[in-house]
Amino acid sequence: MGLDVRLVAEQPAIATEAARPERGALHIVAGAMRSNRKALVGGVILAAFVVIAVIPGLLAPYDPHAQIFEQTLGPSREHLLGTTGNGQDIFSQLIWGTRESLAIAVVAGLMATVLALLVGVSAAYLGGLSDHLLSLLTDVFLVIPTLPLMIVVAAYARSGGLAVLIAVIVITGWSYGARQLRSQALSLRNRDFLDAARMRGERTVYVIAFEILPTMTSLIVANFLGAALYAVLAAAGLQFIGLGNPSDMSWGTMLFWAQNNGALNAGSPLWAVVPGLCIAMLGAAFALLNYAFDEITNPALRPKPRRAIEPSSRSSKFAT
Amino acid sequence: MGESGCGKSTLLYAIAQLLNPPAWIAEGTVRFRGQDMVALGDEELRHWRWRECSVVMQSAMNALNPVLTVGAQLRDALQAHESLTSQKIQERSAEVMRLVGIDAVHLRSFPHQLSGGMRQRAMIAMALLFTPELVIMDEPTSALDVVAQRSLMLQIKDLQRRLGFAVLFVTHDMSLVSHFSDRLAVMYAGQVMELGLTRKVFDAPRHPYTVGLMQSFPSIAGERQELTGIPGSPPDLLKPPAGCRFHPRCPHVMTHCRTEEPAVVDVEGDLVRCHLYPDGQQSTVPLLSSVRPR
Amino acid sequence: MGYLVRRLEFFLVTLWAALTLNFILPRLLPGGPEVALRTRFHGRVSPGTIKSLEVALGIHTQQGQLQQYLEYLGNLLHGDLGVSLGFYPERVTQVIMVALPWTLGLVGMATVIAFVLGTLIGIFGAWRRGGLLDSVLPPVFVVISAFPYFWVGLICILLFSITLGWFPQAFGSSSEVTSELSLPYVLDVLWHSILPAFTIVLTSIGGWILTMRNNMITTLAEDYIRMARAKGLSPTRIMFQYAARNAILPNLVGFAMSLGFVISGALLVEIVFNYPGLGTFLLQAVNNEDFSLMQGLFLLITVAVLLAVVAADFLTAWLDPRTRERA
Repeated sequence: MGLDVRLVAEQPAIATEAARPERGALHIVAGAMRSNRKALVGGVILAAFVVIAVIPGLLAPYDPHAQIFEQTLGPSREHLLGTTGNGQDIFSQLIWGTRESLAIAVVAGLMATVLALLVGVSAAYLGGLSDHLLSLLTDVFLVIPTLPLMIVVAAYARSGGLAVLIAVIVITGWSYGARQLRSQALSLRNRDFLDAARMRGERTVYVIAFEILPTMTSLIVANFLGAALYAVLAAAGLQFIGLGNPSDMSWGTMLFWAQNNGALNAGSPLWAVVPGLCIAMLGAAFALLNYAFDEITNPALRPKPRRAIEPSSRSSKFAT
Repeated sequence: MGESGCGKSTLLYAIAQLLNPPAWIAEGTVRFRGQDMVALGDEELRHWRWRECSVVMQSAMNALNPVLTVGAQLRDALQAHESLTSQKIQERSAEVMRLVGIDAVHLRSFPHQLSGGMRQRAMIAMALLFTPELVIMDEPTSALDVVAQRSLMLQIKDLQRRLGFAVLFVTHDMSLVSHFSDRLAVMYAGQVMELGLTRKVFDAPRHPYTVGLMQSFPSIAGERQELTGIPGSPPDLLKPPAGCRFHPRCPHVMTHCRTEEPAVVDVEGDLVRCHLYPDGQQSTVPLLSSVRPR
Repeated sequence: MGYLVRRLEFFLVTLWAALTLNFILPRLLPGGPEVALRTRFHGRVSPGTIKSLEVALGIHTQQGQLQQYLEYLGNLLHGDLGVSLGFYPERVTQVIMVALPWTLGLVGMATVIAFVLGTLIGIFGAWRRGGLLDSVLPPVFVVISAFPYFWVGLICILLFSITLGWFPQAFGSSSEVTSELSLPYVLDVLWHSILPAFTIVLTSIGGWILTMRNNMITTLAEDYIRMARAKGLSPTRIMFQYAARNAILPNLVGFAMSLGFVISGALLVEIVFNYPGLGTFLLQAVNNEDFSLMQGLFLLITVAVLLAVVAADFLTAWLDPRTRERA
């Protein structure tokens, strides 16, 4: 049997990237945006919303609350997106609403991530009964349907406004991340560098804060993105049914008023469409960044060129 | 034979036409009974598989489907190539299991219920379902302890004698090679450096890399000698050294080794890829190489 | 065996946690229902009814907390969720029974369809890496999954019922069709369910596609897939018996685990479509400050999700011989 085979292995594109030690969170995001188009799109949308949230006064032509215009006007030069059924300028509401919607996403996302880290990493690091109980707690919160729970909590604490809204989102939104962080921390637990730290006699808090957490930066960032996405959607849902404070200016409350005024049938569909679109875009920004992250940390998931290699098909078809 | 990462398994799977993307066969041929397997279409190849060439993998734990019983996986293979009654399937399955010394009740077991040695044997049983011409084995014993390793290899050897199939196997274990192989190919950095009869290569290694390998393990019977090993480490295959791939670690390196890729020459029936043998006959058999960077 | 015992523990703990949460919340955040109860019911209902409501809502009682807790659990054991404040004098259970079939039909069916369809698309997408399903759908659905469910519902109404007039924009059936079980009625109900069901499927399917695709990609790199190819099995057999069969295992548990989230979104879709299911009643409960109905709905939905989790566990154990024995 004579053999003459010459093979070509494609170079794994960012193998060296992945092998490099973990860097700071901002570097990771910046690196992701450079190498991945989905991350770039998500990053640009997010940046645009941040700018709008910082300087709404410069962008919005009118006071968003003032009911001083003719009702349900269509789009025009004076009112880019028309007016609401109450005679407010929709575009101005949209601009001013960005701040609260974005703030909820970031604050609730951060808090949920911190809570997830605390529970997930301590469960993995402590092990034994503590792990069992913390994991059980995580699973319980994961399974309990969030909306009805959020509604019950928010209804009872109606007067609390924004703080209650954020608290409810954090309480119902941390568990998914905790599960993921626990399993990664678990896989780190028996690595040599942790043994070394323990041998040196470092305290548990030190080991967790300075040895475990830095190696998990990517997953923590990814988790924040997921939690922020959840916060965007959850806040929108709660505000849409009138929980939270309906007189606050945010995209969710705009939808609440639009729905209550029957905006779709009353000739001002933009009133309902546009704030939802903004929520969708903010959510999509977080989701795209998150997805791009998955692709970067797991090279196998990266998109294949449309050259189509099916697993069953023969490699020889692509001989050069 | 070769050290980790030299491309042995890649070459083996290329021969079996089982490379996973993104790897593919860029050029070359695999001749099996005069036919070029690389040129075959998917369907023709599917008929060739298992009837004529079966595969045994390194770890049966990973190579057996965890959610199907051993029996179901044997049946799968049989049904893919022949339409048999379930009684015939049962008979043949029990027969091959007996061949490797496993009771037929284990056809009803799931892979995780068997011991490591039994799993490996079950995989060999599966490979013998059609008594193929060629059985390709990727480090078939490396997941086992030394005792189990030896008994499994002896069994393979015995089955081979009785059933008459050829075995192409890959390993980095020199003692396995010296005890169980007839012909030997030594690989380095994606290329076959030397190919010849095992006894001849062991007695008189020609390529400096082979010589280095022989000096890195002790011989039980031979005289005492110092284990020198090979200084340096294998090259980055994305950027292999120019000229001879072994030149940075070669004790006999010459100027043109750094620039010219050596041709494969025939030195007394032993194929060698080295500049040390300028008088050797140009080989008529092109020698294998597994990894070439883009 | 150990597996099922552990899952049983999980089921019981979650059930207990939900019941207890339901008991504690009103007591942690007092004030809400008390006002509603005073203004709406004082002097109009029997003292006994008031008392059971007070126990359920945790207000103004002379009993010790523990005794209240036991009484609360006892009431639940008898399936007694108290009286609805908004639909007085109907009991919460009666109100729920009216809404439940609608939600089971719409949300249940849509969720199952989304899961099955999404899983299939994920399988085929991963199988043909770089094909149309693989390169176009994932990014599209990443974006769509980030849309608020109810907003997608609004857009669907705007597009398909207000603009195009293809489908009705609200309610579970037309008022002119009687609610007897007749063919026109069934067709009418189906007719009304298409748009909300489409909304739920569209927004939730992306998650299933992506997780199944990613699991498949991981599974396809396994040795046993290469082995199956070496055996010369037919591609369909490899795809389903070897790859998908293994790849779906983590997804089943994932399905159960994220069901709570999906149902939450689906309830909001019901609200948008004025569908006579649990979601719409939940909104009415919020608007009427009907705390007993709210809490009853919370418990019911939690139990429903838990039952789905148990079902998924049994299915996993059935499909995966390893879980059956793992201690």
